[in-house]
Amino acid sequence: MSVRGRAQIAGAYEHPERKIPGKSVAQVHAEVALGALADAGLSMGDVDGYFCAGDAPGFGPLSMAEYLGLDNLSYLDSTETGGSSYVIHVGHAAAAIAAGKCRVALITLAGLPRTQGLDRGRGGSPESGFESPFGPTTVSMYALAARRHMYEYGTTSAQLAEIKVAASHHASFNPNALLPREVTVAEVLDSPMISDPLRRLDCCVITDGGGALVVVAPEVARDLPRRTVTVLGHGEAPKHAMNGHVDLTFTGAKWSGPRAFEEAGVTVADIDYASIYDSFTITVLETIEDLGFCKKGDGGHFVSDGALWAPGGALPFNTDGGGLCNNHPSSRGGMTKVIEAVRQLRGEAHPQVQVPDCEIALAHGTGGSLATRMGSATLILGRED
Amino acid sequence: MADLPAPAPAVNPETKPFWDATTEGRLVLRRCTGCQGVIWYPRAICPDCWSTGTEWFDASGRGTVYSYTVNHKGEGPYRDAGPYVLAYVELDEGPRIMTNILTDDFAAVEIGRGVEVAFSPTTDGAAALPRFRLR
Repeated sequence: MSVRGRAQIAGAYEHPERKIPGKSVAQVHAEVALGALADAGLSMGDVDGYFCAGDAPGFGPLSMAEYLGLDNLSYLDSTETGGSSYVIHVGHAAAAIAAGKCRVALITLAGLPRTQGLDRGRGGSPESGFESPFGPTTVSMYALAARRHMYEYGTTSAQLAEIKVAASHHASFNPNALLPREVTVAEVLDSPMISDPLRRLDCCVITDGGGALVVVAPEVARDLPRRTVTVLGHGEAPKHAMNGHVDLTFTGAKWSGPRAFEEAGVTVADIDYASIYDSFTITVLETIEDLGFCKKGDGGHFVSDGALWAPGGALPFNTDGGGLCNNHPSSRGGMTKVIEAVRQLRGEAHPQVQVPDCEIALAHGTGGSLATRMGSATLILGRED
Repeated sequence: MADLPAPAPAVNPETKPFWDATTEGRLVLRRCTGCQGVIWYPRAICPDCWSTGTEWFDASGRGTVYSYTVNHKGEGPYRDAGPYVLAYVELDEGPRIMTNILTDDFAAVEIGRGVEVAFSPTTDGAAALPRFRLR
């Protein structure tokens, strides 16, 4: 069974704030849920499927169903793959809808790391004894991948910086972006080293906030006032350390991408716009190679030719400014990746970065680390006509 | 160089023999008695052939740098450690393991460089972290 054309994204909402003192995480979940449902022209009472991940407080979907007053749920999914969870949720929602398990699926994300600090707990995991004593941090895990990619393919820090520069150009049109100022390659290279070779401006922002999506059955979508977006294809794949043979130069996108393209019946040449997970610049570089937008190892050259710039580049990306400059709520960027893809397909991105005649968009999520113990998810969406 | 923090690892019955060996200055690895593959991290089931016949053996303690980073922003026990080298070392027996390279000369660390194990006793004395020196 394919999900192609079996579900529509009817509502998408990104919380406008980036620092939210004085609210609870559940409260922000509720705010984005209401935002996405209003965007869709639906209400809490219409929701019969609910999806959330590890950012949801308490007992996950059970606590949130109670808090939100969702009384008609026939389907729950709390798949947790870090920041890519919400991209996976869209695929799972489409499958559940196609199977008749629910008709209106609500997906929420919220967190307050800018106010409350980052929480990194995975102490009970089987690998932790062999890793955490050596002091790995999120940035340093990505830095290990960047260093190896540089070694094998000659990728440079200046090439990675081009990714930040393109994102900052897009963020300059987003009044809600945490970092709305355009930066240069030199500024990225002059920013403080965090974990060699990654500098501060190679990193995403830390923001409070969240977002929500509403995925509905086609018969529900027909009665809604707003343009909906068709789910064309979805692919997901974990990648792990492969019994001590970890290869840091490629990601699970190598597997999730072809699954999504096959289901959608399209190729990389058909993609008008791409939301590419951008926790760090290296995340984008490895991902676009693995999805096939350029040859493996050629990512550095690809991004240096202005390919990522909207609207005219070969692969306009992250037109909201992405996680690198706009928003990375709860340190989980998959939700905002889908939201900006929906905006592009609806023609509602900022006019300066709206891709003309955007018909097919891709949203890709990366959760966990990069190239090791990670969850990749690829979604291909189409404009409904 | 300043001593790096040596926080105690999480130890469970499956991994205790590994950590017990480190207190004797031995790096041991787990091997599948079925497919003969080396297993990393140590576990009771072979993730290649799913045999539960696995055994410990002494490793050489030598390898090469697969990748590394000089981390300037440690967290937790490493918050005040100053810059330190986090690395994956590819052991001569095959596995790529997370570790630290013990050196003040960061510029000397490079991918492919030969290293050998040097144990750092943990604060609780129940284990020693397998770190590596340049050779």
